[in-house]
Amino acid sequence: MIEIKNISKSFEGRDVLIDISTIFEKGKTNLIIGQSGSGKTVLLKSIVGLIEVDSGEVLFDGRDNRNMNFNEKKLLRQEIGMVFQNGALFDSLTVEENVRFPMDMFTDKTMKEKTSRLNFCLERVNIKDSNRLYPAEISGGMRKRVAIARAIALNPKYLFCDEPNSGLDPVTSILIDTLIKEITAEFDITTVINTHDMNSVMEIGDKILFISEGKKCWEGNNTQIFNTRNKKLNAFVFASPFSKKFKELRLMEDDE
Amino acid sequence: MARVFKKPEKNSIYWRQLILEIEKLGIHSVGIVAIISVFMGGIITLQLTYNMVSPLMPSYIIGLGNRDTLILEFSSTILSLMLAGKIGSNIASEIGSMRVTEQIDSMEIMGVNSASYLILPKIVAVVFISPLLFIISVTCGLFGGLFTGPLSGVVTVATYLNGITTTFNPFYVYFSIIKTFVFGFLIATVPAYLGYYVQGGALEVGRASTKSVVNTSILILFFDLVLTQLLFK
Repeated sequence: MIEIKNISKSFEGRDVLIDISTIFEKGKTNLIIGQSGSGKTVLLKSIVGLIEVDSGEVLFDGRDNRNMNFNEKKLLRQEIGMVFQNGALFDSLTVEENVRFPMDMFTDKTMKEKTSRLNFCLERVNIKDSNRLYPAEISGGMRKRVAIARAIALNPKYLFCDEPNSGLDPVTSILIDTLIKEITAEFDITTVINTHDMNSVMEIGDKILFISEGKKCWEGNNTQIFNTRNKKLNAFVFASPFSKKFKELRLMEDDE
Repeated sequence: MARVFKKPEKNSIYWRQLILEIEKLGIHSVGIVAIISVFMGGIITLQLTYNMVSPLMPSYIIGLGNRDTLILEFSSTILSLMLAGKIGSNIASEIGSMRVTEQIDSMEIMGVNSASYLILPKIVAVVFISPLLFIISVTCGLFGGLFTGPLSGVVTVATYLNGITTTFNPFYVYFSIIKTFVFGFLIATVPAYLGYYVQGGALEVGRASTKSVVNTSILILFFDLVLTQLLFK
């Protein structure tokens, strides 16, 4: 479980996060949604510690990362897996070297054990026959899946994904969403996903946190989102005529 | 800088990185160093012949002048300026690209000391290979003179060889090797710093790369001045 308490952050006098508090539960896919520039990425990076917050606390199962020394922070980070927007795979390493990298750095496993774990992770994300390819030689969807394989290589307790569906076609997006949802449940991970993909919101949003202009505007799940009267949220989620129609149909179905 | 010199997470990985960097930054520079040095050795020999030799000057001055020019300035300072362009821009753009594509953030999230993992092997590799490239450059430059002089008929092989062995001062070599250690450190650290802290996109990576070459070159010339004054005093 990750608990954030009263997080605030400003850059050069401009408030980007204002007093945000919430709880991200274990075994669930927790989504942070909001318009571009609303502060989603800053919030995610503040939680993982890439950005230092001005005030507030981030508790990883009760452990405050601000009170940790360098080595404690390092140990905590080994419990974190993160999938970046473009995958952030290491260009100079092959697919298998990328996935094996955290094991090489932080474990004393034998090569056989590492290979076994590597094969498991790559099979789990449906990557086959691409072990020797470099990131530049694989598609965007594959890069995301390799990034997920790398993120789960060390059995993380916390998984963070920054817009995992950006730049992907709808079919691949659904595959990635399903994969993240399955992995979260299978390994009982606390997963936090930063997205503005409405399919993801509807499909995998066990918990949804909506932020607008740096403030927490709404929180709930993918069922409650249809009934909310929050104007900002409705304007964001059901912005297109198609999604408005979809909402009406869904509410009619519920009434019946 | 303190993070760069922190104890590595795993020594075996750092050794592997170091060997890769020696190959990438050092071995791959041997060709260009050799070509430039051979040509410069030949050109210095010709210039000395056409501008310095007179009935009052002994002809062995050609070999001697070529040797001392190569050892004292060309193979240490000028070569380092060239390496600042080749190696420095490579380091700045590689690390800068990793920064803007979040590869460095990704390492930090894993708990890897990215500064140490990425920069330390490069510094050690460049500091280690710079004196070797200096030796290769001097050797190639002397051979360049040996080919060019007799081929163009301006000096005989025996006179040229007599020149490069006359009044040899070993201190010149020690002095230049000290300089190459210092310049090697600058060639790796300045671009690595500028690349590591780049912010933005491809444009900023390009700017960091250019800035690293300019700054490193100025620092090399400044330290050349300081070291010459300090060590020759």
